[in-house]
Amino acid sequence: MAPETATLEGQQVAATPAKQPTRTDNFVFGIPQDGLQTKQREVPLDEPPPLPPNSELTYIGKPTQRYDGPAKATGKGKYTADVQLPGMLYARMVDATIPHGHIMSIDTSAAEKLPGVRAVYVIEHVYGVAELRNPKLDGPSRYPTIRYAGQPIAGVAATTQQIADDAAKLVKVRYDAKPFVVDRTEARATDAPAVFPGPADEAGSAGGGGGPADVPQKGNVHGPERRKRGDTAKGFAEADVLVESEYFTQVQTHSALETHGFVVDWKPDEVTVYASTQGTSSVRSEFADVFKLPKSKIRVITEYMGGGFGAKFGAGNEGVVAANLSRKANAPVKLMLDRRQEHIVSNRPDSHQMLKIGAKSDGTLTAIQLTSYGTAGVGTGAGTAGPATNMYKCPNLLTDEYDVFTNAGPGAAFRAPGHPQGCFAFEQTIDELAVKLNMDPLALREKIDESPARKVERQLILERTNWRNRKSAGSDPGPIKHGMGIAQSVWYRFVNMDSSCEVRVLRDGSVELMSAVQDLGGGTKTILAQIVGEEFGMAPANVVIRIGDTRYPIGPDSGGSVTAGSITPAVRDAAYQAKGKLFAAVAPALGTTADNLATQNGRVVFKNDPSKSYSLRQVTAKLPTDEISARATRVAEYSKDRLTYGGVDFVELAVDTETGRIHVEKVFGAHDCGRPINPTGVISQINGGMLQGISYALFEQRIMDDKSGYMLNANLENYKILGAREVPEIEVALIENYIAMSSTDAAGIGESAGIITLAAAIGNAFYNATGVRMRRIPMTPANVLAGLGKVQREVMA
Amino acid sequence: MNKFAFVDCKTVDEALGQLGDGATVKAGGIDLLDLMKDDIVFPAKLVNIRNVDSLRGITVSADGLQLGPLSTLSEIADHPEIQRSYSALSDAAGHAATPQVRNMATLGGNIMQRPRCWYFRSTDVDCKKKGGGSDECHAQAGENQYHAIMNNSTCAMVHPSSTAVPLLGMDAQVELTSKRGKRMVLMSNFYVPPEKSVINETVVQPGELITGIFVPAPAPGTRSAYQKYGEKESFDWPIADAGVVLVMDGALCRKASVVLGVAAPTPIRSKAAEAVLTGKTIDEATARAAGKAAMQDATPLSQNGYKVQLFQTAIYRTVLLAAGQMQRDPSAIG
Repeated sequence: MAPETATLEGQQVAATPAKQPTRTDNFVFGIPQDGLQTKQREVPLDEPPPLPPNSELTYIGKPTQRYDGPAKATGKGKYTADVQLPGMLYARMVDATIPHGHIMSIDTSAAEKLPGVRAVYVIEHVYGVAELRNPKLDGPSRYPTIRYAGQPIAGVAATTQQIADDAAKLVKVRYDAKPFVVDRTEARATDAPAVFPGPADEAGSAGGGGGPADVPQKGNVHGPERRKRGDTAKGFAEADVLVESEYFTQVQTHSALETHGFVVDWKPDEVTVYASTQGTSSVRSEFADVFKLPKSKIRVITEYMGGGFGAKFGAGNEGVVAANLSRKANAPVKLMLDRRQEHIVSNRPDSHQMLKIGAKSDGTLTAIQLTSYGTAGVGTGAGTAGPATNMYKCPNLLTDEYDVFTNAGPGAAFRAPGHPQGCFAFEQTIDELAVKLNMDPLALREKIDESPARKVERQLILERTNWRNRKSAGSDPGPIKHGMGIAQSVWYRFVNMDSSCEVRVLRDGSVELMSAVQDLGGGTKTILAQIVGEEFGMAPANVVIRIGDTRYPIGPDSGGSVTAGSITPAVRDAAYQAKGKLFAAVAPALGTTADNLATQNGRVVFKNDPSKSYSLRQVTAKLPTDEISARATRVAEYSKDRLTYGGVDFVELAVDTETGRIHVEKVFGAHDCGRPINPTGVISQINGGMLQGISYALFEQRIMDDKSGYMLNANLENYKILGAREVPEIEVALIENYIAMSSTDAAGIGESAGIITLAAAIGNAFYNATGVRMRRIPMTPANVLAGLGKVQREVMA
Repeated sequence: MNKFAFVDCKTVDEALGQLGDGATVKAGGIDLLDLMKDDIVFPAKLVNIRNVDSLRGITVSADGLQLGPLSTLSEIADHPEIQRSYSALSDAAGHAATPQVRNMATLGGNIMQRPRCWYFRSTDVDCKKKGGGSDECHAQAGENQYHAIMNNSTCAMVHPSSTAVPLLGMDAQVELTSKRGKRMVLMSNFYVPPEKSVINETVVQPGELITGIFVPAPAPGTRSAYQKYGEKESFDWPIADAGVVLVMDGALCRKASVVLGVAAPTPIRSKAAEAVLTGKTIDEATARAAGKAAMQDATPLSQNGYKVQLFQTAIYRTVLLAAGQMQRDPSAIG
């Protein structure tokens, strides 16, 4: 997803809109390690003054305990799965037991007769999958065509979960089964069973994902989406060195701890939706679309969220089914997917990538060419060209990305869509280039990478890791071999202008913030509390944060790392404006003017007489009304510059060449996310991203049975996710990168937090350890021993 | 999950009186409840023996080790005498599953686990092992990366019991009690290979209850070890595991038992590996030769050839661990 082509739905890299009165402000700019500079920007008149660097602030930039940490740790925080409403029913989704075919009939009578069953709803349309450009090609049927095993068919609501589960088994579906294909390579064959009878496309969600709609499709092969810059033929001709490589990555499922789910309470006046979602706004929009309701009659609530990683936007099949069941039964309905269904509902597509890179003997890149095939099952969005397109300076680029349809669960946006796959191939190929050029991999990147942040980050790697003691590849004697590797990431600054909030100040001195924005667990509540706290000189823990409810001002959907960069400027603006209103309202009673009041060290002081100092409560007590409030919406970016973020991650590991086990011993990451608001939260997200990256590199993979079309490991026993013993020593260096783009300069870290780089860094360290290039993940004993040539691998994907 | 009756018993006689008529014995319930929740088994009645006190307890005497079948894996792993004289057993009990599971899981339940095979454990797939009329083994031409690499022509399942591996190597016996009386079954006869019965994995008959496990006292000079390998260390099923019992006379190996866990549908002894070790000085070369010999008759399937390499490593490293010539392998689980 290149900045120039990035189209996260509803999001834009916003530029200053039509004329409004502005003033010129001087902003702190750059990275402290490089020496901070000043940048002049035109900003709207009601913007707050520029923030100084973090070192001069009280709460912003200081390690801060998670706002809702105690509530989470003690179980007081209620997730969607915990919601209990009076008279609530429990639902279970009925899903397809064949991977491809038509439904001939559905008999729900036995289920309906089971005592305790209150409603059965049969799905009319399947969401979250590619749709035929010409829907008539599917032929006339009451029911959607089944294209993957596990596709939702119906929902059953009953008075207990046990009854709902039993009733779901009583729904009898008769199929007319058709040939199917679940393997990407087989699906590319011209005589492969067609997953769709014609061209089909999938729109992206608010988190990205999806694929292009204007590309050719032959059989199951959808694409290419071609991107071209310069002339690669010319670039390769100019090269002194060429590297050609081939890499394979697997399907990773999202596996959120809290499965996809909703509690819907359908009432004539208002539909209340408790959603495990990354976007309360996206849920409201899709409910409005599907049920032809005004948005004003839909309320979406997400107080606590148990993980989404990109796969939880909109109503989805679960939301639509829960709503229909609630409407039919006239009672609230809870529908959470079970663990098997959670594995099938969404995934990160796999990939087969072929790369060719040309370079001058000094490392200068002359051309990059990438062809990728990936399957997002019955969806699209398997492209991997982001890193190859956007990381390094290269005048000539050609990328062709193909989606391959298979009869398997749909891909969805997944933490940095396309990038972990792309980086695994691209950053290892850059390492292959370094080997061929006989250059240090860090030095090669120094030559070809223009990012000032990554330059500082590479320096940190040099200073704070063992990199300088790196030995030549495969030089350890004995079966256990040690190695080090690095890889770099790139991600993009996206901003969602649907970012609003309200700050209220009450006469008793309390301060409240309200926004529909949700906290996925990344710590949004905490950073908002810090920002409001900074304006009012109030400890963040004392600010009341109410978010995740569409009754509050609209918030951004949390995908593509947009949340912090989108909502925090609105929050600071609202807090600043509320403070202005407070000062204006109380100044007469204090015997001064509003512009003579300021907050300092947690107190309100007279600028012209520091001896006059009041607590916030003493000041609010003078309010003529019980409450004042200010509402703000995200102001456009201060500049049209399109920014990217990035990290450099270092891995030290041991490869046991006789068991194929890889022991990741140390990870050091240097990362950039603009101005870090809460370093504790940012580092925590990076830790999580690194662990998810190691898990992706070494363990996780969806295993499909070619014969039945089922996912064989749709559980947490055989779908293997990193556990406590696989956690290495982790160290994170966070750099401050002041960009003068908004009143906070904050940015998200979710995507560029290690998930992108770790597989590539492990691959590069593996090469350094063994002298062998791992071209396939996950690096299980089976794949490692095959990679080392100790076992003949009979099945190649 | 099906509807079922639940009977809580306090004595062996009470439990025996409840067996029959589709009843299933429940001890820790670790594997059984998973199988019931996944609709793989549908017992009409669960006979809960968790509160039968006479089935608890660990006794060490000059004759050997007497284990109550309700001994938990943690109790076995933590027992100082077992650690000292039956180390392969404490290794195996201490490296199974997770600490939480080990606190609940019993020895009897551990050896009575149903096999690991994702086709067998899938609600949606029928196979010959399930006895529903299918005569297929889907693993043989399907996804078989975790399956058996030996004796796999009838059914390619593997049995995951880690404690069965040292128990087999130590010539343990299982006491089975029914209304008709007691019988002792050698571990080497306890499991039934698929060639003999594809449905039953053990000789335990309906109406029989495991009432004790007896391990004879080790001969002087005995050293033993068990190691288990997975794709990861935290909570993973083994893809290779080996139990080794050596009777040493100085550096010379007088007698050897080499047991392989998930190589075949049931735990098996490798006579070939034992022959390589017996009468030899144990060093890395002999240990590696034993590993090679153990795998000479392997018949890997399309995706599990790597397990042949892995077993060779597991065996040689466990032989050296048993002989005190190598530390516990960091690549082994937990």
